[in-house]
Amino acid sequence: MTSLILSTTTRFLLPLLLMFSIFLLLRGHNEPGGGFVGGLLAAAAFALHAIAYSVGATRRLLIIDPRALIGAGLLIAVASGAAPLAAGLPFMTGQWWSPEVPALGKLQIGTPLLFDTGVYLVVLGVTLTIILSLAEE
Amino acid sequence: MLPAVLSGFAAALVASWLHRLERETAGWIIALLPAGLFLYFSGFIEIIAAGDTVAVSYAWVPTMGINLSFYADGLSLLFVLLISGIGTLVLIYSGGYLKGHPQLGRFYSFILIFMASMLGLVLADNAITLFVFWELTSLSSYLLIGFDHKREGARFAALQALLVTALGGLALLAGLLLLGQAGGSLELSVLLSRGELVRAHPLYTPILFLILAGAFTKSAQFPFHFWLPNAMEAPTPVSAYLHSATMVKAGVYLLARLHPILGGTDIWMYVVTGVGAATMLVGACLALRQTDLKRILAYSTVSALGILTLFLGLGTPAAIKAAVVFLLGHALYKGALFLVAGAVDHETGARDVDRLGGLRQAMPITAAAGGLAALSMAGLPPLFGFIGKEMLYEAAYGSLGAALPLTSAVVLASMIFVAVAGMTGFGPFTGKKTSTPKHPHEAVMSLWLGPMLLGLSGLLLGLLPASVGNSLLSPAIEAVSGQAGDLELTLWHGLNPTIALSAVTLAGGAGIYAGREALRRAASRLQMTSWWGPARWYSLLLDGLNVLARGQTRLLQSGYLRYYLLIIIATALGLAGPKLASLGGPPGLVSWQEVRFYEWSLAALILLAALVAIRSRSRLGAVAALGVVGYGVALVYVLFGAPDLAMTQFMVETLTVILFVLVFYHLPRFARLSSGLVRARDALVAVTAGALITTIILFSSNVQFHPKISGYFAEHSLPLAHGRNIVNVILVDFRGLDTLGEITVLAVAAVGVYALLKLRLREEKSK
Repeated sequence: MTSLILSTTTRFLLPLLLMFSIFLLLRGHNEPGGGFVGGLLAAAAFALHAIAYSVGATRRLLIIDPRALIGAGLLIAVASGAAPLAAGLPFMTGQWWSPEVPALGKLQIGTPLLFDTGVYLVVLGVTLTIILSLAEE
Repeated sequence: MLPAVLSGFAAALVASWLHRLERETAGWIIALLPAGLFLYFSGFIEIIAAGDTVAVSYAWVPTMGINLSFYADGLSLLFVLLISGIGTLVLIYSGGYLKGHPQLGRFYSFILIFMASMLGLVLADNAITLFVFWELTSLSSYLLIGFDHKREGARFAALQALLVTALGGLALLAGLLLLGQAGGSLELSVLLSRGELVRAHPLYTPILFLILAGAFTKSAQFPFHFWLPNAMEAPTPVSAYLHSATMVKAGVYLLARLHPILGGTDIWMYVVTGVGAATMLVGACLALRQTDLKRILAYSTVSALGILTLFLGLGTPAAIKAAVVFLLGHALYKGALFLVAGAVDHETGARDVDRLGGLRQAMPITAAAGGLAALSMAGLPPLFGFIGKEMLYEAAYGSLGAALPLTSAVVLASMIFVAVAGMTGFGPFTGKKTSTPKHPHEAVMSLWLGPMLLGLSGLLLGLLPASVGNSLLSPAIEAVSGQAGDLELTLWHGLNPTIALSAVTLAGGAGIYAGREALRRAASRLQMTSWWGPARWYSLLLDGLNVLARGQTRLLQSGYLRYYLLIIIATALGLAGPKLASLGGPPGLVSWQEVRFYEWSLAALILLAALVAIRSRSRLGAVAALGVVGYGVALVYVLFGAPDLAMTQFMVETLTVILFVLVFYHLPRFARLSSGLVRARDALVAVTAGALITTIILFSSNVQFHPKISGYFAEHSLPLAHGRNIVNVILVDFRGLDTLGEITVLAVAAVGVYALLKLRLREEKSK
């Protein structure tokens, strides 16, 4: 079942949805959003692609196996928690840097954002693993 | 000290690789590690003989008083030297004994892990550290007993040893934690000076019994002795090392270590002495019934462990001295006898004492080593075993109140020891030469070096007892008794009652040895222990546990999602319902006028969609309707100011619909299979569950349990966590650890789903 309208729309929607999911991830600390909902949105975007084209096409687009995303996400989350250990602080103590970036102003970057990125990747990987495996059968 | 303790674990990692590189000499090379440790710890002798101790401590969970702390005093040092010294010989021996075995590299790793765990156990200062190493020795013992894992007997024995000792280990953990509470510290070195406090504590009796349960299971005390003879399924070097010289003495070590804290009370004396005496006699009598070299030695080890427990229970200065001296003597001769038995088995292919004889010409060096060890075990001068036995007699004789029964029991056990020494150290080498499965010849050097050195050290220490008496044994005795005392070890005690007892022992032992076959026949006719003995209780309990587990699994794990849901909902109802009912009716609702018209319509929409989902005759329709319910709930979140929740709900609903649609593809056509009665039951469950949740919500909106929490988060979110979105800050910062756990669960779930789907695919393909 291929629909020209759906596949053409998807071509424009997918990058938009993915950008929006990253936007949600980044703004999450201050505005509604976060890694969990961002990961779900990204997964939905890829699911849309799989429906519009085929699971094989989505896997080719992804390049990385979604299962690897789960592992990577968990590693990032644990690493963000372990980072403060190097400074002699307890596990998962938030660490913040405020670099001055031209055109963007003063940024707030911290280990919680890294942790949220891990959540994003795990959620994306888990959802895609399940959806793609089911769709492949 | 920490690198020395942990070096064994590091070496275990490379041992297998080293064995692949150097097949012939790997055993000798690996033995350098315990040899080095022996030398390193020998350097402590002087410090400790001078009355000092060596301690190191690393913070582990300092807030809970748990530290990775080690502490060497006389008692620890005696054990450490035994562990590393005998470990060296056993590693060399293993290289010869298991030569050509494809898994020899793995064997080296296991033995090294065990050695390191044992070192950690006897050096541990913190009770939790001690427990961790204690369990590690149980685990490595499991791996070593089951080393020949293709034989069912080995697997059974390994599991039995693990279950018995691990069960005791759990009791020990509980006991140590209570001890820490009673004494106000988990550091044993601190607790040593707080014995009065602990003994007067109301929890003293439970503490004592829990710790004794750990010590008795580990040291194979009656009625837990049955696992030790079965553990003889392990390769002989393991039997020599773990199951006679070191690991089974861990329980004895614990008793000795805690004696200044827990000992000296009536209950300690009666229980420990009683169990020790029973073990001593049961082990000795059962030893006579066996014909297998290793099983004879195993039962006599049980008996020796009973002797040690018995004398630690007595707790008099003379008894503690005797126990420590006997411990050293026993480790030397029993280790040697096991290694000799292994060498005989290796060279002849037989282990049955009735089929072995006259090997002294073929194996002269092994015979000499066996003879030395047997003489020491029989307690003949001038060997070290003689001194130990004399001291046992002296202590038993001098014990007030029960001198006569105690002395006669110890004499009886010693007589049987003489007979066992004859059966295992002399019998195979003397008499007429018998035919054996393999043509016997002298074992290679790695096989006779260990028993020979152990046998010779028994002789040397017997001739020069003062060499270890003051430097090594005296500090150990002080550590056990908790007070300074002098130890004078001499071979010749003069003409006194103990010499007469020794003579009686030898004569009686010789008599038992001569009549051993008649005794064995008589004993085998009394086959009572096989059906009421503790081993039978073990198998009954294990079978019962399996039946119970299978029954409750059948009951609860039906494999049908609907029943799981039913059980979960019914349980929630059963637990929460009565409590809610006891609180009285739900509090009054907010006034109906405040509900706006669009809220009414949203509620109506959700209800309508739910009805459609139930009544729909098409799956797609039902799922779409469920999606409407979910979106409706998400809209409620939007209306009541929870945008994060609403967004997530929208995404989850969307993906759920996609998942359902994907699953439908594999399902058979929709059909109504359940009867009207079942549907009524399901409706009842669903409605009560809904009512329960509604009531809980109504209650919770009226009750303010902890008004501080949300206020705290709102106040500290920005200054502490640099975020204005409280929900997200809670998720990734304040409660980040929860989130880490949740995403881990997610990952595991995904792996499970993936495995289920792919396995089914593969099965279909193979069909």
